[in-house]
Amino acid sequence: MTTIEKTADGAVREGAGDDGTPLLEVRDLHVEFHTRDGVAKAVNGVNYSVRAGETLAVLGESGSGKSVTAQAIMGILDMPPGKIPQGQILFRGEDMLTMAAEERRKIRGRKIAMIFQDALSALNPVLSVGYQLGEMFRVHQGLSKKEAKAKAIELMDRVRIPAARERVSDYPHQFSGGMRQRIMIAMAMALEPDLIIADEPTTALDVTVQAQVMDLLAELQREYHMGLILITHDLGVVADVADKIAVMYAGRIVETAPVHELYKRPAHPYTRGLLDSIPRLDRKGQELYAIKGLPPNLLKIPSGCAFNPRCPKAEDICRTDVPALVPVTEQDGTELPGRGSACHFWKETLHG
Amino acid sequence: MADTEKNEKAMEPAADATPNVTEVETVDAATEDEAVAAIEAKVDRGEPILQVRNLVKHFPLTQGILFKRQIGAVKAVDGISFDLYQGETLGIVGESGCGKSTVAKLLMTLETATAGEVFYKGQDITRLSGRALRAVRRNIQMVFQDPYTSLNPRMTVGDIIGEPFEIHPEVAPKGDRRRKVQELLDVVGLNPEYINRYPHQFSGGQRQRIGIARGLALNPEIIICDEPVSALDVSVQAQVINLMEGLQDEFNLSYIFIAHDLSIVRHISDRVGVMYLGKMAEIGSDTEIYDHPTHPYTQALLSAVPVPDPESREGRERIILTGDVPSPANPPSGCRFRTRCWKAQDKCAKEVPLLAIPERFAGTDSPAAHESACHFAEEKDVVHA
Repeated sequence: MTTIEKTADGAVREGAGDDGTPLLEVRDLHVEFHTRDGVAKAVNGVNYSVRAGETLAVLGESGSGKSVTAQAIMGILDMPPGKIPQGQILFRGEDMLTMAAEERRKIRGRKIAMIFQDALSALNPVLSVGYQLGEMFRVHQGLSKKEAKAKAIELMDRVRIPAARERVSDYPHQFSGGMRQRIMIAMAMALEPDLIIADEPTTALDVTVQAQVMDLLAELQREYHMGLILITHDLGVVADVADKIAVMYAGRIVETAPVHELYKRPAHPYTRGLLDSIPRLDRKGQELYAIKGLPPNLLKIPSGCAFNPRCPKAEDICRTDVPALVPVTEQDGTELPGRGSACHFWKETLHG
Repeated sequence: MADTEKNEKAMEPAADATPNVTEVETVDAATEDEAVAAIEAKVDRGEPILQVRNLVKHFPLTQGILFKRQIGAVKAVDGISFDLYQGETLGIVGESGCGKSTVAKLLMTLETATAGEVFYKGQDITRLSGRALRAVRRNIQMVFQDPYTSLNPRMTVGDIIGEPFEIHPEVAPKGDRRRKVQELLDVVGLNPEYINRYPHQFSGGQRQRIGIARGLALNPEIIICDEPVSALDVSVQAQVINLMEGLQDEFNLSYIFIAHDLSIVRHISDRVGVMYLGKMAEIGSDTEIYDHPTHPYTQALLSAVPVPDPESREGRERIILTGDVPSPANPPSGCRFRTRCWKAQDKCAKEVPLLAIPERFAGTDSPAAHESACHFAEEKDVVHA
């Protein structure tokens, strides 16, 4: 039956890091693609970290490098044409990029799992969902076919797919979009990983189904105290589930902030532009604020700050100097923990 | 032959599902010339320009290869009625599979309706043919969802935007076309020098502008926009929405704006209709629907939309529907929403609720007094709760 519920207090979500070291830390990651037309710099020095039980939302438009970063973390980047010239990806303090392939394989799926955007193309159409779910157990834990199938049914129950026992031998096309996404979630959850990367998990779904899926994800995350990297372009979803946010533009993080802070007081003109372009009640009938211009071509990223051709605040320094992601402070100099902005004029943007 | 006739009879819809829509003033046109004249006539602002009455589209489900038997029908659109007034924007929202795109195709006469009428200035366009139909098609144009597949990659921008002139040469004589196309490019905010470029040389937002320019080419009166911005990036969506609003004022257009993004629909629409499984669940002005929804489905839909404000996430009441939309091939009896509705009672399984102003609100000037197809309609503010 339909449930009417009050969303849980934020307090539940706060229980972040257990100890000092974050679960996953990305340090100065660069990814480039060598194409016929030149080198496309998809990721240019990304830093972020996630703790157990924490939700990091990576917000950005298409081509901002948010998915490529995730693929680099998972180690599923196509190389070549992709290349990681520098950077570190530390999982519990160990650099996954220098690890042997076999070791990395043990982490992938078991410790870090991924949920893909389009469940229909991420699932194999010629294998039953039970077989695909069971594969996790067969490969990683060496279970027999029969045991794996029983586990698969258990998993499908856990993500609340009705009549799991009868549906375990069905094929992906026999499920609806929301159910398929649940199967993707079940697959990622199978080995109870420490970290889940969800790449636009609800973009292809209707709002009512999106609410169901996000709810399920949040519930499982609480239950297993997992870290979650949520990649999305939907400012609404982010506001609902994230603890902290990293905004990406042209392969760089332009702003980081805890969720409440970001929406209240953005410290980067791009973030401000995105927030201002959301249709609001009191501005009906007026023009929407629109960021002028287009996202940059990754083959020729503008010099200086990549956002400068579209920025209302751009000045000469923005065209020559690349702004670093610097910590942001209050006007009187008090620190704002977790906040950073890659803008030469962050003070004006934040306080102006 | 006789077989198909029988099938069509079997698919005849139930009686009028929307009792209180206004009467349609039909224009009797004995000849084609009269029909064309009626279509060319001007309609005043605020007068109905398009009136849809009990529109039905069933797609037959067949079995067998040589001897096809009909075993059922996908009831994509099952008796919907609404009016579109000149100069307004009517938003249509609903989940995927609710029939909103089929409505768009029916209004464009790209699909033939199984039953029901679509009156354009008093002419039933489902019955027109020949010159009269062509005149209608000139006046109703469409902007498609996906700017990556709706433009032919082998044609230049000039050919794409100019193609409507090939079919309707009376709008622009041959020598004048290039200039016209450049004018259109300018109107939608593209450089007129891009006329010889190909679609792949443009970004998503620019391509959608090309699609809009093509829609504008024949000076239509109505533009049907089927999810025009959902394939675009957030920062580009606002640009395209602003462009569309500007064009509406400039060319005095009426829009039917189909989308699933409820906040954008609210921004652009004067009136909004909510569809569920081939039926209209609720229709009214934007404030009536968003601030005073009376149909449980509308309430659930609105409450499921994530609000881009983290302050509201604690303690916000949310209605989370269980399950998926039932198959339109075998919709539930009575009210179609009853299988997911928390208010459902026996009555809902037996009687189809009519799209009408709920009795308890009838005659009052409360904003809840708008058409809602629910037996137990009551007001519930879910957006501000």
